Amino acid sequence: MKVGLFVTCLVDLSRPGIGFAALKLLEAAGCEVVVPATQTCCGQPGYNSGAREVSKALARKVLEEFEDCDYVVAPSGSCSGQVKLSYPQDLFADDPDRARFEALAAKWHELSDFLVNVLKVESVPGKWTGEVTYHDSCSGLRELGIKAEPRRLLALAGAEVKEMREAERCCGFGGTFSIKLGDISTRMSANKCASAKATGAGAIVGGDLGCLLNIEGRLRREGDHETKVLHFAQVIAGEG
Amino acid sequence: MQVQSMHFKRRAGEKLADELLQANLRKAQGKFVDGRAKAVAEFGHDEWERLRTHAADLRDRVLANLDAYLAEFERNAVARGTVVHWAETAEDACTIIADIARRNGVRKVTKSKSMVSEEVGLNERLEAEGIQVVETDLGEYILQLAKEPPSHIVAPAVHKSKEQVADLFTEAHGKPRSTDIPALTREAREALREHFLTADMGISGANWVIAETGTTLTVTNEGNADLVTTMPRIHCVITGIEKVIPTLEDFASLIRLLPRSAIGQTVTNYLTLTTGVKAPGEADGPEQMHVVLVDAGRTKFVGSDLQPMMRCIRCGACMNHCPVYQNVGGHAYGWVYPGPMGSVLTPVYVGIEHAGDLPNAATFCGECAVACPVRIPLPDLMRKLRERQFDGHLRPWPERAGILLWSFAAKRPALYAFGARWAARVASWLGGRKGLIHALPGLDGWTKGRDMPAPAGRTFRDLYRERKGRA
Repeated sequence: MKVGLFVTCLVDLSRPGIGFAALKLLEAAGCEVVVPATQTCCGQPGYNSGAREVSKALARKVLEEFEDCDYVVAPSGSCSGQVKLSYPQDLFADDPDRARFEALAAKWHELSDFLVNVLKVESVPGKWTGEVTYHDSCSGLRELGIKAEPRRLLALAGAEVKEMREAERCCGFGGTFSIKLGDISTRMSANKCASAKATGAGAIVGGDLGCLLNIEGRLRREGDHETKVLHFAQVIAGEG
Repeated sequence: MQVQSMHFKRRAGEKLADELLQANLRKAQGKFVDGRAKAVAEFGHDEWERLRTHAADLRDRVLANLDAYLAEFERNAVARGTVVHWAETAEDACTIIADIARRNGVRKVTKSKSMVSEEVGLNERLEAEGIQVVETDLGEYILQLAKEPPSHIVAPAVHKSKEQVADLFTEAHGKPRSTDIPALTREAREALREHFLTADMGISGANWVIAETGTTLTVTNEGNADLVTTMPRIHCVITGIEKVIPTLEDFASLIRLLPRSAIGQTVTNYLTLTTGVKAPGEADGPEQMHVVLVDAGRTKFVGSDLQPMMRCIRCGACMNHCPVYQNVGGHAYGWVYPGPMGSVLTPVYVGIEHAGDLPNAATFCGECAVACPVRIPLPDLMRKLRERQFDGHLRPWPERAGILLWSFAAKRPALYAFGARWAARVASWLGGRKGLIHALPGLDGWTKGRDMPAPAGRTFRDLYRERKGRA
């Protein structure tokens, strides 16, 4: 089974460890993983900034890079939502290539969804002792319906998930929103940090690096250098 | 209402710093969100989803045949003695109503809540003609005393605390100050009663107008619409042309969605259906009934890629569930309609050049689309407005340059790899020992209130290639 790993631009640039954690998890589960070297970005920053044609060009590039894989996996609900929904249902809805984008969407999975629902893993390499709290990222949750999967994986690693108040509320990242309307974005991330810290858990875990950078950035500015902010892949791969 | 939507960013900053407002907003938010969630759970989730689909289809059917349903409404309303007026612009709407008032020697008007009247600036116009206008919805009455516009379409004074209301009432009514809510409402009722009895004309909005019967329809919790529509000798309805629905049966569907979505109520306390004038032998009702159907930008939606916005039944669930609205309140949006619905309506009604930040005031978290009872894809519509802004060069140039530069590189893997390698190195160095960047030119929107966690230093692609090389 040939599985393409879509690393995501943020992981590539900022937290390569999350990419290697995903790689380790897929290989541990017996997948033959390919990582196309030319991959860059799914095009969502352009798409959500109104640059439709630009995002279509990047979507075609993603299609060509991953079309021949049996599955494609990304450690991000946000990029996965872009590929699974926005490509076929909006950007290429009236395009002759729509069927190709639909086929790509069908075999594309967010990492926790792939591990739990496709590979049906019953064990993970990582061990975690103690409590974590989980932030549900908006795209994964509301576009793809991912809620139980990361919690299941964290439980397999031995972590106890303490639910925060309003776990499903947006952290305020929103891509370029976090810079364009920084004051509002900051307030939203402060609210998220307060909810997370009220659980007393030692780590805030999520499935999208954008949210995690936003939450970590606010925590550190508030003077909290203790609470860990991690991608679930790092926790369950034993690389937290 | 004066358009302030071009100042969203500044006004939002002011609202974030307003501690009292923040406390008031926090108090209200839970009530709306939890109330709706409970009402939907009681209704049954699957049944709710089916009803949403039914309502969205119903509203789409109306919009696809808007002219026919409006003509049917006019025919049936006229048959019951109602005069139907057509207002192409906000100015036209005001002129029509001011003329009716002048012709009939109207000196005092009572009003039940109407967002369309806020939209067209009706109160200001009537007051300029020397007519006394009294808002009778409790929230609107409070705001009339405070000389403020509504901050929410369903709960207009949601941004005010009972203490602030007590201060306003003490000044207006000259009675001993009380912060007891039942006492405050009693005080308002007493003050309003006299106006109900002495008004020459009642002006109401309409939640819907029904084509098959020529009926206009208002839902309230205070019963004030009953008094506004039946007691004065003239009743005037002002509403948007998109509010028409085919039948009473359709009303029965929509009313199951509206109060549940708005505040988790199964049904409002009052449903006021008004059909025509007082018939011979009837004891109550107006001698004249006028319905002013307002376009004022609505036809710009119909037939466009933004048409789904016109399904809106004005429940306010999108703003109640919006994390941006929850933190800045309605006044930040700078015009009549706040929250996600406003971020779509305002740019089209007042011109996108006057509301450039509104379509961008969203993280696309999707809560509004999930809450909307008529399935308006609000984030998608905001994105379409962002496309208009991008195509029309209507956003600040650094934003556009940033996106174009990013995608230029992202299409060229070698260039991208090179750029990412250096960006990761430099940013990692900037992050220092703690790996945190405290300030970065161009990213001050982020770094003003947050650190930027610095990259690890090497890109995944470089590390992966090395690993492959070793293997």
